Amino acid sequence: MNYHWNWRIFWEPAPNGTGTYLDMLLSGLLLTIETAICAWIIALICGSIVGVLRTLPSKTASRIGFLYVEFFRNMPLLVQLFLWFFVLPEVLPNAWGLWLKQMPNAPFFTATIGLGLFMSARVAEQLRSGIGSLPRGQKLAATALGLTTAQTYRYVLLPMAFRIVLPPLTSEFLSTVKNTSVAITIGLIELTAQARAMQEFSFQVFEAFTAATVLYLLVNIVVAVAMRFVERGVAIPGYITGK
Amino acid sequence: MFANFDFDVIRRSLSYLFLDGMTFTLTLTGLATVGALVFGTLLALMRLSGSKPLVWFAGIYVDLMRSLPLVLVIFWFYFLVPYIGQWLTGSSRPMRVGAFTSSLVTFIIFEAAYFSEIMRAGIQSISKGQPAAAQALGLTYSQTMRYVVLPQAFRNMLPVLLTQTIVLFQDTSLVYVLSIPDFLGAASKVAQRDGRLVEMYLFAAVVYFAISCIASFGVRRLQARIAFVH
Amino acid sequence: MIEISHVDKWYGTGFQALKDCTTSVAKGEVVVVCGPSGSGKSTLIKCVNALEPFQSGEIVLDGIKVNDPKTDLPKLRARVGMVFQHFELFPHLKIIENLCLAQEKVLGRSHEDAMAKGAKLLDRVGLKDHARKFPAELSGGQQQRVAIARALAMDPIAMLFDEPTSALDPEMISEVLDVMVDLAREGMTMMVVTHEMGFASKVANRVIFMDQGEIVEDAPKTDFFGSPRSDRAQKFLSKILSH
Repeated sequence: MNYHWNWRIFWEPAPNGTGTYLDMLLSGLLLTIETAICAWIIALICGSIVGVLRTLPSKTASRIGFLYVEFFRNMPLLVQLFLWFFVLPEVLPNAWGLWLKQMPNAPFFTATIGLGLFMSARVAEQLRSGIGSLPRGQKLAATALGLTTAQTYRYVLLPMAFRIVLPPLTSEFLSTVKNTSVAITIGLIELTAQARAMQEFSFQVFEAFTAATVLYLLVNIVVAVAMRFVERGVAIPGYITGK
Repeated sequence: MFANFDFDVIRRSLSYLFLDGMTFTLTLTGLATVGALVFGTLLALMRLSGSKPLVWFAGIYVDLMRSLPLVLVIFWFYFLVPYIGQWLTGSSRPMRVGAFTSSLVTFIIFEAAYFSEIMRAGIQSISKGQPAAAQALGLTYSQTMRYVVLPQAFRNMLPVLLTQTIVLFQDTSLVYVLSIPDFLGAASKVAQRDGRLVEMYLFAAVVYFAISCIASFGVRRLQARIAFVH
Repeated sequence: MIEISHVDKWYGTGFQALKDCTTSVAKGEVVVVCGPSGSGKSTLIKCVNALEPFQSGEIVLDGIKVNDPKTDLPKLRARVGMVFQHFELFPHLKIIENLCLAQEKVLGRSHEDAMAKGAKLLDRVGLKDHARKFPAELSGGQQQRVAIARALAMDPIAMLFDEPTSALDPEMISEVLDVMVDLAREGMTMMVVTHEMGFASKVANRVIFMDQGEIVEDAPKTDFFGSPRSDRAQKFLSKILSH
């Protein structure tokens, strides 16, 4: 292979004047994490609401939830980001569109909202199947005790359902981290974009991508380990994750 | 509100969008699915083989791929495939690899990790008595897998495999980052040439949405039918 | 035909499933193995065709050592039929295909020969009209008769039955036992793990009683039912025969 390896490249200054190449990658990692966490908050809130809607006895409610999930699940994330970024400002009334276009940090906000809504459909599906997997008797027992539907969800169904879906939600969060890289297409300079920039400046392709790979792996490991502690913390003895 | 939009641009570029762009997207989806399913099944068999090195290799491979964003993997292989080609053919300089081949290799290698997890779950869902019965009849390990275990695993997992194929179909849009004219890439080219971003991206969204919707509707029908038979 | 000598088996390092088991089944003999659940009787019969590995001792089948690494196990297993507690028909194959698979792939018979043989055996177990159905369309008793036919299609020199009737509804037990009784009267060598003492007293030559991994009693049928020598066998018999 006639490729010239140069692992010291990370400590050389990057031409964009912000420090070394390593600093460049780390700032990308930081933006990846920030975007992912903000998007995750949106995903959790919207996803929980829609997930509950999907399980309500009301036909209309579950229909709305169904349409929401189908809408966000049946388009590639990349296309959704384009809709938010390029199309939305044009189809809104002029003044709003202008405001959107002039907003500083537009790639970050677009990525956060677009990714958050995209992931919310998946969170909703996880939560729905979590609620669906609870024994039917739970809901009946709560109702028999005189709890309202809202109380039944708040005190009986959701506390159990969230525990059940904790492992799949962990992997959905990791998907959110990974999917942040799709926002490279609307100009978000996150980790993958920084690795790509480093490759273009320095021509050290494989060092740049190896570093990005290692950083993504680290994020995965840290999240997985942290979530294992959380799972242990909320486990209920003798039930599901509690052993 | 759509007054100053020109939706005729879609009609004018239809043949480019579908004959070039969509053909690329669907061919890539189809071939990558077959390749990833075959490779993924091999990985699943390795992981369940009980041989330490194979279990390790498959486990690390699958975990690694599943930890990385597809965009990064696309970049990796865009630069790596020419070198792999050089190594395989023993030539003196990196091989020139076309956009399609490079994308196909990337998607097979990446998606195989996801397909292998599905096939692994499928194989594990079959009761231990089935391979025991096959072996009691004198079938070898490979015959047991080929005629008894894998057909059942495949059938049980068919809805999940098809759903993953829809995900793969949507994921192929990410080759956009290499400026490859798949369906989205083609739409984007027209959009930028004619300055018609809104029209083209809306149209692309509708097309992806329609295809995915119809496909996932089909999967749900299939699932209901399977549930009915059992 | 089947020589079992000093077989020991441990699961992991702790639990010993078989303790120094020694017995044999001569050509044309029918041997019934009984004992409480967890006594190791199913494990023992699965050792005979090496579906379960064991750590020490040896089993010789028709002159071939089962636990010899050089033994071609698929070839050996093809010569011994086995019937399982849960039938284990292949659910994705039609009844006739269940009967043909191993004939073609293991014995190398032509499809026509395999079909003819399969049809003949289905007729023999009284199910020739069901050849084109899938296993799930048959009752438990019918499925088990198919499983017996599937084993017989390989022209086995001996048959192993692992609790063939214990997963069946009571009204279906006799249709399976009838087939087994016919088989025994035709001179088939059989080793049968079962609680069906009626079957044992009708056709067995010998009865083996196992408890906690040991062969406690190994006696001709008349001796066993007349006056079992061990307390454990007496207790077991009185429990089984009391209703």
